[in-house]
Formats: sequence, C-alpha cells, structure tokens
Amino acid sequence: MSVVDRQEWDVVVVGAGGAGLRAAIEARERGARTAVICKSLFGKAHTVMAEGGIAAAMGNVNSGDNWQVHFRDTMRGGKFLNQWRMAELHAQEAPQRVWELETWGALFDRTKDGRISQRNFGGHEYPRLAHVGDRTGLELIRTLQQKIVALQQEDFRETGDYESRLKVFQECTVTRVLKDGEKASGVFGYERETGRFFVLEAPAVVIATGGIGKSFKVTSNSWEYTGDGHALALLAGAPLLNMEFVQFHPTGMVWPPSVKGILVTESVRGDGGVLRNSEGKRFMFDYVPDVFKEKYAQSEDEADRWYDDPDHNRRPPELLPRDEVARAINAEVKAGRGSPHGGVFLDVSTRMPAEVIKRRLPSMYHQFKELADVDITAEPMEVGPTCHYVMGGIAVDSDSAAARGVPGLFAAGEVAGGMHGSNRLGGNSLSDLLVFGRRAGWHAAEYASGTGAGRPRVDDAQVDTAAAEALRPFSAEGGEQADGPPENPYTLHQELQQTMNDLVGIIRREHEMEQALQKLAELRARARRAGVEGHRQFNPGWHLALDLRNMLLVSECVARAALERTESRGGHTREDHATMDRAWRNVNLLCALTDPTGGLAATDAVRGQITLTRETTEPVRPDLLALFEKDELVKYLAEEELYE
Amino acid sequence: MNSYEARFKVWRGDVDGGGLEDFRVEVNDGEVVLDIIHRLQATQAPDLAVRWNCKAGKCGSCSAEINGRPRLLCMTRMSVFDREETITVTPLRAFPVIRDLVTDVGFNYTKARQVPAFVPPAGVGPGEYRMNQEDVDRSQEFRKCIECFLCQDTCHVVRDHEENKPAFAGPRFLMRVAELDMHPLDAADESGLDRKRTAQDEHGLGYCNITKCCTEVCPEGIKITDNALIPLKERAADRKYDPLVWLGDKIRRRS
Repeated sequence: MSVVDRQEWDVVVVGAGGAGLRAAIEARERGARTAVICKSLFGKAHTVMAEGGIAAAMGNVNSGDNWQVHFRDTMRGGKFLNQWRMAELHAQEAPQRVWELETWGALFDRTKDGRISQRNFGGHEYPRLAHVGDRTGLELIRTLQQKIVALQQEDFRETGDYESRLKVFQECTVTRVLKDGEKASGVFGYERETGRFFVLEAPAVVIATGGIGKSFKVTSNSWEYTGDGHALALLAGAPLLNMEFVQFHPTGMVWPPSVKGILVTESVRGDGGVLRNSEGKRFMFDYVPDVFKEKYAQSEDEADRWYDDPDHNRRPPELLPRDEVARAINAEVKAGRGSPHGGVFLDVSTRMPAEVIKRRLPSMYHQFKELADVDITAEPMEVGPTCHYVMGGIAVDSDSAAARGVPGLFAAGEVAGGMHGSNRLGGNSLSDLLVFGRRAGWHAAEYASGTGAGRPRVDDAQVDTAAAEALRPFSAEGGEQADGPPENPYTLHQELQQTMNDLVGIIRREHEMEQALQKLAELRARARRAGVEGHRQFNPGWHLALDLRNMLLVSECVARAALERTESRGGHTREDHATMDRAWRNVNLLCALTDPTGGLAATDAVRGQITLTRETTEPVRPDLLALFEKDELVKYLAEEELYE
Repeated sequence: MNSYEARFKVWRGDVDGGGLEDFRVEVNDGEVVLDIIHRLQATQAPDLAVRWNCKAGKCGSCSAEINGRPRLLCMTRMSVFDREETITVTPLRAFPVIRDLVTDVGFNYTKARQVPAFVPPAGVGPGEYRMNQEDVDRSQEFRKCIECFLCQDTCHVVRDHEENKPAFAGPRFLMRVAELDMHPLDAADESGLDRKRTAQDEHGLGYCNITKCCTEVCPEGIKITDNALIPLKERAADRKYDPLVWLGDKIRRRS
C-alpha cells in the first residue's frame, strides 16, 4: 500500500474559516500544538463572503441592548428550536469576542464617540451588527489570519521555527477522520497540489468546514461548501442534527445567469432598502406572520419613521427574519408579480443619496456595476432567494462543542447544529464562529492534554482503506464491475444540484422529496463509477469526484429529515403541512449512518445510507423562558411545556 | 439567450514546461472568463487546474493573466472582449507555475510573516478602544485588500527580477506596513519598533519607483501608490534626500 507521510499534533482543526481559525488560536494559546487544514489558500475561506456584520449586544448605538434581548431575538428567529444553551452562551460571549478582535488589529466602522458602530439587521431588535462597510467577513478572516501570523512570529522568536506550534496546511483536503476504537485518532487527507496522501495523528480533531450549499444549483456558497465536515462526522459515527433546516437567503442576484445566487447583503435592507414587486408595491406588509404582528410596522409611513425614531415606531417588514422574506419573494414571483428575470426589485436608489450608497454598500455597488451593468444608485436591483446556510449540523454539547458519540471530535461554526434552531438571523453567523470556535479550541486543547501518554493510535488498516477510497476514481474506467459506463463527475454534480434545487428547495412537497431520494440513490450508484482523467497533481476532476461522496450523504440527510418533519418552521417549508406545529417544537431529528462499517454502495432508495431518529429536546431553563411574555410563548410552546 | 463560440488559448503545463492550448467554447450572456474556464473543465478538459472560490471578487483566488494583463477571472466579463478576438489565459508570471493556471504564491505568505504584527496599546483593554472614523479611514482602505496578489504579480521590481524577491516585500506588504503605521492605536513605537524604518531597511521600500502599476491592477481600487507607498516613503526618509518623494509630490499635485 502507499507510503503515507505521518505527523503528530495535539489538535487538528479541519477548516480555516472564522470558526477554524478562532479554534486554532485558542488551542495554541492554551498550549496545544495545533495544525489547521484547509482546502483553499490560507485567508480565502468562505467567511470572506460574509458582508453585513457580527451580531453582538454591545449596546454602542442603542444602550437598551443586552445579551437577554439578543438571546430572545435568536430564539424567535429560530422559532424556538434552538439548542437554548448555545443561544445563551452565544448572546453572552459575543461582545467579548468582537472586542478581542480589536486587540488583534481589526478596524470596525466607528460611532461618533469612537466606539464600534452597529447596524440594523433582520430579526434584531436593536442595531447590533459590528461591521466594516459591507465587507465584514473579510475583516474577520484577515484579523484572525494576522493573529495566527502573530502567534507564529512569537513561536519563531522562541524556537526559530514559525510552524513549531501552529501550522497551516493549505490546499489540503481531509477525506476521513481516523479512529482508535470509539475515539478520534487523527485525519487522513491529500495535498491538492501534489495529490500526495498524509496522516495527521492527533487525539483531538475540530471540524470547522462550513456548509453544504454546493449541493444546490442556486447558491451563494463557494466550491468548498460540499458538506465535507458533515460527512466526515457521519462516517466517523457522530450524528447530525436537524438537517432539514436550510436557509434560503431572500436576496441573491438573479441576472445574469452566470452570477445567479451571488449574495446581496441584508445590509441593503438594514440601511433602508425596500422590496417592491412588478406593480411597484412594497409587498412585505402583506407577509407579516402572526407571531411577529406586534413587532413590525403596518404602514409605509411608520416603517419609514423607524429608521430615525426606533423607540416610537415599529420596524419595516423588510427586516423580518430571512425565512419569512424568502417565502414572500417566492410567493410574489409565483403570483406573477415578479421582475423580468424572475425575482423582485430591491431598491436603494430612491431611498438614499448616491454617495451614501457608495459609502455604506461599496461592494454591492461594485458587484452590480461589474457583473450586471446595474448602477444601484440609479435603479433597483433584481433579487431572489438563494441557498445560503445550513442550520442543521453535527450534534454537539453546547458548552464544549464536543461532537456526540466520538470522544476527541469537536465541531464549530456552520458545520455544527443546534445554535440557530430552524432559522439563523443575519449577523449571528460570524458571532457563532467566534464564540464556538473559541470553545471548540479550548476544549479540544484540554481534552488533548488530558490524554497524555495514552494518545490514541492510528490504525494502518484504516489508512490503507482511506487511500484506496481516494484512489478509486482513477480506476473507475473499465472497472471490475461492468455495471455501466464511467461517469463524468461534473455531470453528476450538476444533476445533484438540479435535484436538490427542484425537489428539496425552498418549498417542499412529500412526493417531490420521495422522488429526490430515488434520484439520490441513482446518483449514488453512478458516483461509484465517477472516473477522472490525468494524474493526481492539482486535478479538479478528481477532487470533485471525491467531494461527491460528501454531497450525496448530506443531501440524503436533508431530504430524509425534510420528508419526516410534517410541519413548516424556519428554513423548512412544506406546502402540504403549511403551518408551524407546536408538537414539533421539542423534536430534534438525528441522522446517523445506517451501515457504520462503511458500506456506501447502499443503493436501496427506500433505506439509503441514513437512518433517522427522533429525540425530545431538553426543556428551556425557566429563567430563560421568563425572558419572554407568556402571550408570546403560547405561540411556540406546547401546553405541557408551558405549565411545567 | 445570446450565445456564441469563442476562441481561447489557455496555458497548460507544469514546472517542467507547457504551452498554449487552443479551445473553442460556448459563451452565454453575462458570463465572465471564469465561467468559460469552468465550461472547459466540465466539457473538454476535466483536469484543467484553476484556483477559485467565491466567484464574486471577494476572495482573490482566481488571479491569472488575460491577454497578458493581471486580472481576476471571476470579475472579467466576456463582454469586454470582441467576439472575434482570441482570448489568452495564462498563469501569473511572477510566481512559479504548479500546474496550468495555478501558481505557487508562497512568496506572499513568506513576506506576510516578515511584517511584525499589530502591537496592542498597553493598558487599553478589550472594549476600551476608542478611535474616530476619520482616523481609521486610511487603514481601512488598505484592509479592503483581498490578497489576490495581482499587484505583486505586476510590480516590475519582481515581475522579471527573481533576484529582487528576497529584499522586496512587494506593494501588498509595504501597504500592510503602511496600514499598521497609520493605525491610530498601534503601539509599535512604544515597543521600540520603527515601522517606517523597517519599510525602508527590511522590506525594500526604496525599490519602489512609484510607477503605479500596482494601483492600476488592483480589483478593489485601492490607491496603493498614492495613499500607502508614497506617504510611507515620506514618513520613512528625510524628504530632502529622496528624489522619488519629491517626484511623487509633483505627480500627486498635478492629478
């Protein structure tokens, strides 16, 4: 079998976005020798795409804000399905995490009195998002990247080696988490540049790989978002939580076709932009659901007054949580009131002067000008829903970010489930990355130091199996079983994206999801024959063939869980079960691998690879429930939950 | 849908050599060069290597040279070219080729490590930082940098002069020095670190003769030369003895 390079580390972090880098910084600062592995170049992670800001109740712009209000907003946004302890920790710790970035060199936009400025966003009661224009994600990733470099400079001064305690393995892909019995023992992966395999042995592995959007055709996500971490956890025996909840961001570009799906930041609405249909009507007033009736303006006048006088007016309905706005846009287009290219109009040009738009929304101005020949200071944008974020993810312990079922495995950021319930509020993602990235790094370091001499061992047989699995696409052509011709991985990927987009998309129906599961089974069988040309050196066809395994696994989780949950809540909308059902409020759906021995060939569409189980959530702690009015709680909670 | 067939020449090869390969490929309305490269991958050359991520001009991964000019593949629309024109796509010239359009940009990561990090001011805790917007504006402009390294690629100091690389950090990292130097709370001075001096002595600021090529290719429109490099030169050297500073002043006054 192939000779594989092996190295020993204390903590291995898979993923170098906000969560992964924050975890690595924490682990290294707590004394663990830490390796970070990322598919792209260091500093290019998908976090750079985040535009609007980091939600943190610092109260710099409205002193009425505090963690309790932020907690309430987060639970409302997630329709009370959130793992409440995560929402609590997140709201409490987010301000510290933002302030700490300043001590590492971040430069946020300022208030008049020199503090960090905060902007309005959907679902947030007060201006809460720390931001840098509309490029907040770039500031976050660059600050964390530069902090890593700062730590490496420290290590260089002490040891003469920049990478003695903290090393980034860039352009590398992990294909398996290795195990010693029940415990994590390291990771197996390949260098994209050379195609060489490697093993990093480590008692603690932090998964921070982000999301799954590349399984959908219209998405704001980059090529990296192939659900790698979700699949790695599943294959290692850790369950995924509530995978049916996928966020379709209401405002993606819809034209030209080649940019369809690219994000248009929510800041456009937070700063005053409005949504109109083809008749020029601000339609969002017609779509305020009952649970939010008291919180949103009923008239355009009141909504417009809110920007200057938020204490005496209610917020505009354009700032409802994303799931509500996405459904509303979908409904308008379906009713024939859409824009020429199948979206609706998002307009700032009539709302503020051109120079203000260019200052506050520079990237959006640039993006539309360059890619669509649209001057947003003079005309409206056309926008429509785009697959943006997965709320579901690896089931974790709220405090330690430890994955369930696999000691030594941790998860943070988008790949972890629970924090956002059924729908994430804008701005809560970047704060999530920092709060739980830090916690994952902290507990991974602690766990690793506790293993001492009893470090888990890497099993040679697992390494050989992983290597064989990774090489499979090269021998697919004329393979041993002549059960069909070799398949083009690009074609398979396109069919998968079309399937998920059409059949498990923003509005879901039972028969369509059943159809999707059939199609996924067919694709799974064909993916066994995905073949590649050329050699192992920087070969994107090969990389995609390997990523297909992950996308197929994750897509099945989404489809199966979505079929099971017979209600509509947050990022899961069923046409055949159109309302929220309080009986589902305390139900989590867990996805696990049906055949943990790794029989991925399972082609039986009824059974598939994934087994679902239901689990009752832990009741919300009474002092947290007490932060809400009873009138509001009755809309979400079942009778017996209310009177406990 | 208004489509046509375009002619492309794409450099294919690796460290041992290579050359331009001809392709004929479909182009649709509104597409960018990266879309065409992806179509080549999906239909004609599955192992064609290219770096990309966000496809929205935010991550700076898909840098290459189109008809000899350093550009982001994802932000170059096909409509800027004549339909009859053959479009030539080659890897960044200033860095060693790995494969096809992918180059080894390690030079930049090495240089990044050589710039001392932000020095937090003593006695100012998290949450206590106070800065005015007008005081952070300048550094914020430089922090718009997406690290596409087009400026590093185009800069004539290193573009065809491998021998200058050890001594020259390049526009991106000289701008990083300027950014930290202009940060209102950076306490480098107090810690005994003179950033202006290091720009001159350690990062090769003197090699820059302000031809503004870096500014021209910057996809973020950062005025690297005018706002970062020239002010840094002014701060670094005694104006009387640096003819370039004098010249820079002249040029800026004219524009």
